[in-house]
Amino acid sequence: MSPTAKPAAKPKLAIFGAGSCGGCDVAIANIYEHIVEVGDAFEIVLWPTIMDGKYADIEALADGDITIALINGSMRTEETVHLAKLLRRKSKLMVAFGSCASEGCIPGLANLSSRREIFDTVYATDSTDNPDGVRPTWEYKAPEGTLHLPEFEPQLRTLEQVVDVDYVIPGCPPESEQIWAVLQAVVAALNGTGPLPPKGSVLGAGTSTVCDECDRKRDVKRIDRFVRITDQAAFDPEICLLEQGLPCNGPATRSGCGALCPAVGAPCIGCYGAAEGVVDYGARLMSAYASVISADKTDEIDTILDGIVDPAGQFYRFSLATSLLRGGRSAWKNGGEE
Amino acid sequence: MERITIDPITRLEGHGKIEVFLDKQGEVANAYFQVPELRGFERFCVGRPVEEMPTLTNRICGVCPEAHHIAAAKAADAVYKVDPPRTAKMLRELLYSAFYVTDHTTHFYALGGPDFVVGPDAPAAERNILGVIAKVGMDIGGKVIEARRGNHRVIEIIGGRKIHPAAAVPGGMTSAINEEQRAEIEKIARQSVEFGQFSLDLFDKIVLGNDAFRELVLGDTYYHRTYYIGLLDADKKVNFYDGKVGVMSPDGERIGIYAPAEYRDWIAEHVEPWTYLKFPFLKKVGWKGFTDGVDSGVYCATPLSRLNAADGMATPLAQAAYERFYETLAPKPESGGKRIVHHRLATHWARLIELLYAAERMVELVTDPEITSPDVRAVPTEKPTEGVAIVEAPRGTLTHHYWTDERGVLTKVNLIVGTTNNYAPISMSIKKAAEAFIHKGQVNQGLLNRVEMAFRLYDPCLGCATHSLPGQMPLQVVIRDADGEVVDDLSQHC
Repeated sequence: MSPTAKPAAKPKLAIFGAGSCGGCDVAIANIYEHIVEVGDAFEIVLWPTIMDGKYADIEALADGDITIALINGSMRTEETVHLAKLLRRKSKLMVAFGSCASEGCIPGLANLSSRREIFDTVYATDSTDNPDGVRPTWEYKAPEGTLHLPEFEPQLRTLEQVVDVDYVIPGCPPESEQIWAVLQAVVAALNGTGPLPPKGSVLGAGTSTVCDECDRKRDVKRIDRFVRITDQAAFDPEICLLEQGLPCNGPATRSGCGALCPAVGAPCIGCYGAAEGVVDYGARLMSAYASVISADKTDEIDTILDGIVDPAGQFYRFSLATSLLRGGRSAWKNGGEE
Repeated sequence: MERITIDPITRLEGHGKIEVFLDKQGEVANAYFQVPELRGFERFCVGRPVEEMPTLTNRICGVCPEAHHIAAAKAADAVYKVDPPRTAKMLRELLYSAFYVTDHTTHFYALGGPDFVVGPDAPAAERNILGVIAKVGMDIGGKVIEARRGNHRVIEIIGGRKIHPAAAVPGGMTSAINEEQRAEIEKIARQSVEFGQFSLDLFDKIVLGNDAFRELVLGDTYYHRTYYIGLLDADKKVNFYDGKVGVMSPDGERIGIYAPAEYRDWIAEHVEPWTYLKFPFLKKVGWKGFTDGVDSGVYCATPLSRLNAADGMATPLAQAAYERFYETLAPKPESGGKRIVHHRLATHWARLIELLYAAERMVELVTDPEITSPDVRAVPTEKPTEGVAIVEAPRGTLTHHYWTDERGVLTKVNLIVGTTNNYAPISMSIKKAAEAFIHKGQVNQGLLNRVEMAFRLYDPCLGCATHSLPGQMPLQVVIRDADGEVVDDLSQHC
């Protein structure tokens, strides 16, 4: 190489967490020593939780200059929405990374409440000393000057509800082994030794259900009632939890985690999202439950289903924000305020 | 009035934001540390079955999900008035101790410790884990990765997953461990004790053996006389999993010890309109604003606080380290009778003492003859009503309080989360750093260093509110003149 020749530019990688818990970032960090290989393969232009980098640097990049952006977290403030749009413009490939970005996750359950209800709860709890009913305000005139807070939007949205998304990596959080496998595949594709998956692909996960990777035995037993984990001191360690009456989300949930929760006796809660081809997660789970219920008449089915004490949470625990229930425009009066 | 905005990389990223206002003389008039994120768990958990709280509240924080997981399981126990079998409690505490080892390891080696190991005046680009490796040697990187990997493995064996575990439920655990798993955990526990001792030796050599660092620790900038709280066992020793909360005054007087169910007698939360996060304070003393001293209800809940609030550590090696800590930094008791360390930078040392305690506690638990017992769950027999539980999260006392209907479906939820306890003290440290480094409208680059170090010692996991990893607060100081024009722009990773 002549002294003036520039080394080939590395592909640029951006990792960004919007409204998130940090678990996705920890899951990426938990590829342990492989993180060095990621650093070798990419120029990491943004990863606020781990390394320095400036928003202005991203703005200065040419459109499409970032090869791949992994976005975790949900969209709940005007700031995160703005940054998601900016990163979309600057990135060739945008990945909805983890459950929040792809389907809203547990914080998406907030869409069952209006913004006012949330504020009236959080700023008036039992231990809150707030006689004047103070609430956060987007613009507050302090004695020394005006302070701005990003607006808490009427509803939580997913990344895909804000910008165009190329790929999804499901999981809350995605398992680290799966993250590493995806990164290796992306590097191979960029080096020309493998194909890039088609747009819209779900990466780092399987195409079947959690049941398919669960070691528990199913013998097509039907149940006449649902039970709760607190009802029994122990469940059979080898038989399917659903067939023992525990509402397990395995039949509707995408494979890829390795069925870790059922392996320790806890039902699947559905964090890997809808299985391949499923349009509405809750509808699929309901039909799966209906298929194990031992009942002939509608009222018998209803009685058994009454054993599910929290249908909204059971069927849309991670996917409420993308469900038909709360997936579209605000269902609230006054732009979501009430 | 002139305004200085200390922002994360951008205001558009939802991290913490600091606004410093100057008066006409260019001196600091006030500083505001804003937390621009909210999710509303206290609202949307209502309507959910209480047995789901251990997995729902995991999602408050992916850095410390174990703290929420265990606190939620204990609060659900209290709702059903069910006492889990001894083995179940030991498994929860074993998982939780392993979490402490990995969490404190991450903080000391990757986040907060590099300031000391590499040096506070080293370029920001060197004050990271790579800088530590360059200074201490290659094998330290391997030791750190092994400590984290091993203890995440323990969390996965007992809890099912490395992040967001699943196995703690009301009445106990969903599964027991077998002898093969026990042996694997014991090996990791013993390695963790060695690693804890190694880390304290390292701190001894590099920090305590260096006069410049000692002066920095003992200097005035990071000195605050506040109240301290921390969970205590029956012998008033530090405990992370269970006990009562000791409240220590700045003068070294223990003004009370409260049971979890009594927390509302002691703790209240103040609301400000310019931030989404609330400010907890000691109700019996009262909210007097952002000020320290015996008349201000501001308290701290950190590794340093826990040591100050307790009479000692429950394991031998950690107790020896505890004695050395006070002999070195506060040999004489305060007027109230207890030795207190008010130097906030000593929090890093306290964190390593806790790491060693957690590792020793792992060995005690994993070698208990009953740890592999299959009896890990009790079935609730009482009607569910209301329950409170407290654990010590690494970043502060964590309180979960649930109310349910007769089916065990939540009707009300109250959460006082780890870092939130320290919101007022962090704000005060920031203001103090600003006052020390801004004069006549001139901002010294040292401001960023000082603010950065002030943040790091608290290990602020605003992940619960702002999703930054602990201590990883990218800061930008934008200095504007009276017309709002940018005259300088300083940026640093924190």
